Amino acid sequence: MPTESRSEPVRVDVRKTCKLFINGAFPRSESGRTYVVADSRGRFLANAALGSRKDARDAVLAARAAQPRWWGATAYNRGQVLYRVAEILEGRREQFIDEVSRGEGITRARAAAQVAESIDRWVYYAGFADKVSQVLGSANAVAGPYFNLSVPEPNGVMALIAPERPSLLGLVAITAPALAAGNACVIVASQAHPLPAIGLSEVLATSDVPGGVVNILTGSASEIGPWLAGHRDVDALDLTGVADAALATDLVQRAAGSVTRVRLADPAEDLTRVPGLGRLRFTCQVKTVWHPIGT
Amino acid sequence: MAVSTWQPILAPVPDAAPTPAGLIALHPGYAPFAGATLAEDPAATPSNAALTASLRGLPAVDAVGVERRAAALASRSIKTTAKAQGISLAVSMIDLTTLEGSDTPGKVRSLCRKAVLPDPADPALGPVAAVCVYPDLVATAVTALAGSPVHVASVATAFPAGRASLRVRCADTADALAAGATEIDMVIDRGAFLAGDYATVAAHIAEVKRLCGGVHLKVILETGELATYDNVRRAAWLSMLAGADVIKTSTGKVAPAATLPVTLVMLEAVRDYHALTGRRVGVKAAGGIRTTKDALRYLVLVNEIAGPDWLTPAGFRFGASALLNDLLMQRRRLTLGSYVSPRDVSVD
Amino acid sequence: MTSGPTTALFDYAPAPEAIGIAPIANSYDLFIGGQFVPPVAGGRLATVNPATEQILTEVGLADAADVDRAVKAARRAQEGWARMRGRDRGKLLFRIARLMAERSRELAVLETLDNGKPIRESRDVDIPLACAHVFYHAGWADKLGYAGLGANPRPLGVAAQVIPWNFPLLMLAWKIAPALATGNTVVLKPAETTPLTALRFAEICQQADLPPGVVNILTGGPQTGAALISHPGIDKVAFTGSTEVGRSIQRTLAGRVPVTLELGGKGANIIFEDAPIDQAVEGIVEGIFFNQGAVCCAGSRLLVAEPIVEVVVEALQRRLATLRLGDPMDKNTDIGAINSPDQLARITSLVAAGVAEGAACWTSPAPLPERGYWCAPTVFTGVHQTHRIAREEIFGPVLSVLTFRTPAEALAKANDTTYGLAAGVWTEKGSRILAIAEGLHAGVVWANTYNRFDPSSPFGGVKESGYGREGGPQGLAGYVHAD
Repeated sequence: MPTESRSEPVRVDVRKTCKLFINGAFPRSESGRTYVVADSRGRFLANAALGSRKDARDAVLAARAAQPRWWGATAYNRGQVLYRVAEILEGRREQFIDEVSRGEGITRARAAAQVAESIDRWVYYAGFADKVSQVLGSANAVAGPYFNLSVPEPNGVMALIAPERPSLLGLVAITAPALAAGNACVIVASQAHPLPAIGLSEVLATSDVPGGVVNILTGSASEIGPWLAGHRDVDALDLTGVADAALATDLVQRAAGSVTRVRLADPAEDLTRVPGLGRLRFTCQVKTVWHPIGT
Repeated sequence: MAVSTWQPILAPVPDAAPTPAGLIALHPGYAPFAGATLAEDPAATPSNAALTASLRGLPAVDAVGVERRAAALASRSIKTTAKAQGISLAVSMIDLTTLEGSDTPGKVRSLCRKAVLPDPADPALGPVAAVCVYPDLVATAVTALAGSPVHVASVATAFPAGRASLRVRCADTADALAAGATEIDMVIDRGAFLAGDYATVAAHIAEVKRLCGGVHLKVILETGELATYDNVRRAAWLSMLAGADVIKTSTGKVAPAATLPVTLVMLEAVRDYHALTGRRVGVKAAGGIRTTKDALRYLVLVNEIAGPDWLTPAGFRFGASALLNDLLMQRRRLTLGSYVSPRDVSVD
Repeated sequence: MTSGPTTALFDYAPAPEAIGIAPIANSYDLFIGGQFVPPVAGGRLATVNPATEQILTEVGLADAADVDRAVKAARRAQEGWARMRGRDRGKLLFRIARLMAERSRELAVLETLDNGKPIRESRDVDIPLACAHVFYHAGWADKLGYAGLGANPRPLGVAAQVIPWNFPLLMLAWKIAPALATGNTVVLKPAETTPLTALRFAEICQQADLPPGVVNILTGGPQTGAALISHPGIDKVAFTGSTEVGRSIQRTLAGRVPVTLELGGKGANIIFEDAPIDQAVEGIVEGIFFNQGAVCCAGSRLLVAEPIVEVVVEALQRRLATLRLGDPMDKNTDIGAINSPDQLARITSLVAAGVAEGAACWTSPAPLPERGYWCAPTVFTGVHQTHRIAREEIFGPVLSVLTFRTPAEALAKANDTTYGLAAGVWTEKGSRILAIAEGLHAGVVWANTYNRFDPSSPFGGVKESGYGREGGPQGLAGYVHAD
């Protein structure tokens, strides 16, 4: 066979248009805006959708509509769906290692560790879905002839602001417990490094998570955050990604309008470690049911 | 057989116009109870299936709720003038009872004497409502009470178990009536009730009521054997449907006998039955009521559940023996202002 | 003064509780650092018996300077208190629980004098539950590692606690017991109109030899509360009260310290056709007429299956006519006085709104005493979701009756509120109870009962009824740094 001496023509790669993830679909921002995502050396990576208040509004609507079915599914089923996310993520590790390492400017080895922990975190919470009530609930020995049971129930619609870094693990660390407990989420992804979040939305879209249960917005937390915090149909606000004290204060105050509970960023929290129960506890509210015992 | 003409012992309180439509709307189970009693109209006797459906259609009783309500009412504080009123009232509602194998004519005559004038030092008090004895001692009591307003009540229908044929139960009743009893305390067939044979229970009551005619019939549910409040409510309605003039908790031979919550459920039944039919059925709490405090608690229950219209000897009775002496002692305690000794009142 | 349905044969005579058991001084100071001390600025506040409009006594009016002293006293005490072995903290709490029980009759009388609630309720509900709450939490002090909050939950520090007037001592116990069990120290402000039992509790802390500064009680008004929650030295705020104030607390604190809020409610009490009707009627009465309806978890919206609404309302009216309204100190009184003229005015204006909106208004025939603040039990029928009386918290003995056709409609109407504190459901069908209980947006659901409380049973709301729980292991979470 004759050897080919000429070099192959260069193949032009196909780049992804980065979109939002709302109600199981991938729309552009209704505002028509995008922003440039660069790698750690400032080189262009992609244009990401710059989410707007109307995108946030649509996402909350979708989450509200989707939440009852997600919570209504059996906990076993929710656990299987979350495990499926881990399975699909596992198959696309290379993509995420690439996105994390280029975006955050960290070594492939460190990016690989972050991706591995992200996958394992999904598995961790997949196994938690049907244990939340056993761990956070209680049967209460009241002083009277009453059956008294306290069970955790999801907040409902949670708005989460993901940390800038770790760009994938930070998102997973706040989202997976919320989903395990039966919440629907509206997430503002890392602004500087949104590509892993966008990749994750594609994983979620193909892993049996019902449309609307997870909604991921890219863009500016300081722009979208206030609309989510002040949204009266948001039940809980996780500000893990809000490092700016002034912004956090503003968001908590806006949330006060509908007495929305808020979890603030804890500088001491190490998102790379499996947390205690605090995160899960924030995703639920305990409901206590009384019934007489008598014949 | 003569059609029953029920007469209250005391003058009846005028009834408000009954509004049965509401109750029937609430539970269709009430509908069959709205007509004539089975004693009045034997042809109206429903099938056991129909009775079962009706009784199970009654609203359920939540055990914890009813016990809680009874306990709350038991915490009413009845003092001074209210206590004095309550004591007099309770005395007038007593069926002074002796139901022992060792009962003799002498014992019954003593009891009758006490029934007419409970406290010789206090002639304003009394008499009690009735003396309650076994059928073979009715004649003795009738003689002893001649000329007094005190009724002679007789337990009958093979009291207390009632485990005899209808023929024997009726013969027992007929004996007591022949001897002059003016009130009959019959027992229901608890076995039939617990077996779901409501028609038999009702038929026995109706038959005895027809025998009684105008004589007041108290139907003993023996709630200690019925065990659940739902059963108590069903047995109460069944008895009223059949023709009971009074529904009574217990024979006194089975523990538990009368309790506040059981009596509360029965008072609700007579209240609702009255709203449905306009007929005022009485309630008798029997067994285990020994103290003035207990008696006052029952009166509070009657007052607040059935209503003040039941606070008459026709509306409510105590089946008791020891209670009378405690009432007498408490009455003296109020009059004297100091504590009294059991020696101050007669043994019977 | 007590009036009620009577019969010539059996008329309940007055049965007044002896008030001599609870002597009241002419004046009370603030309780700071284990001592009663006068307010820095010398401000005073009168507290009134709402049943007679007579002034009971005057208490200190704490201002920002007093708040500062109290927070500092709590801060000084906190380290030692947290370092004390759990079992010893527990023993001090057990001791307090016992002292409260010993003085329960005195506390009940004081509560009724100051609040206007019937002695029957303060004696049988408020005070026993308050004692139980302290006793329950005493036992947690040396077992915190088993509370599901990590191996070693650490206290937050100094807790600022502001409580309402409807259950003065009980709310105090709900606040102080978990805080102390977990190693926090507290500065508590009782309601302006009901300071007396909190001051007695301060005496009990002295009798128990509780270390000075662990509990500090600041009497005062809204400015006192505002100064307390905005003090930079506090590490935690626990508030029970109105949603409006809860909002402003969240705004003021803006996440600076952890907050738990137990706010208003508009509880639905759902009655299905197969309910145990007589007990349901009792549950309705306990749901909305307990404590004159001044209960955040009150079942103020009655949702009745349409086929039985007339029967239920008729039975309810018959029952309400037997409620005895009058002298709260009479042991047979069921309905006492409204706590303050302001509160009575709020109730009256919402009742007027209900009438203006066209709902049918029925009030109990009980005559009202001439002096004092009173409101007869009131039932509105023909109420619709759009009526103000179906949406706004009245915090008085006023019930709105609505109807529903299907379980789904019952749930939809029950959840059609910005509040989410408590709800009730009455049916004999077990599976329906569980489905309705699951579907209700509420922190507490009472099935075939209503308004039951227990220290082991977490209490608290969702939505605009607040967040955080009080009671049970879940209630401890609001007072610790947990894993």
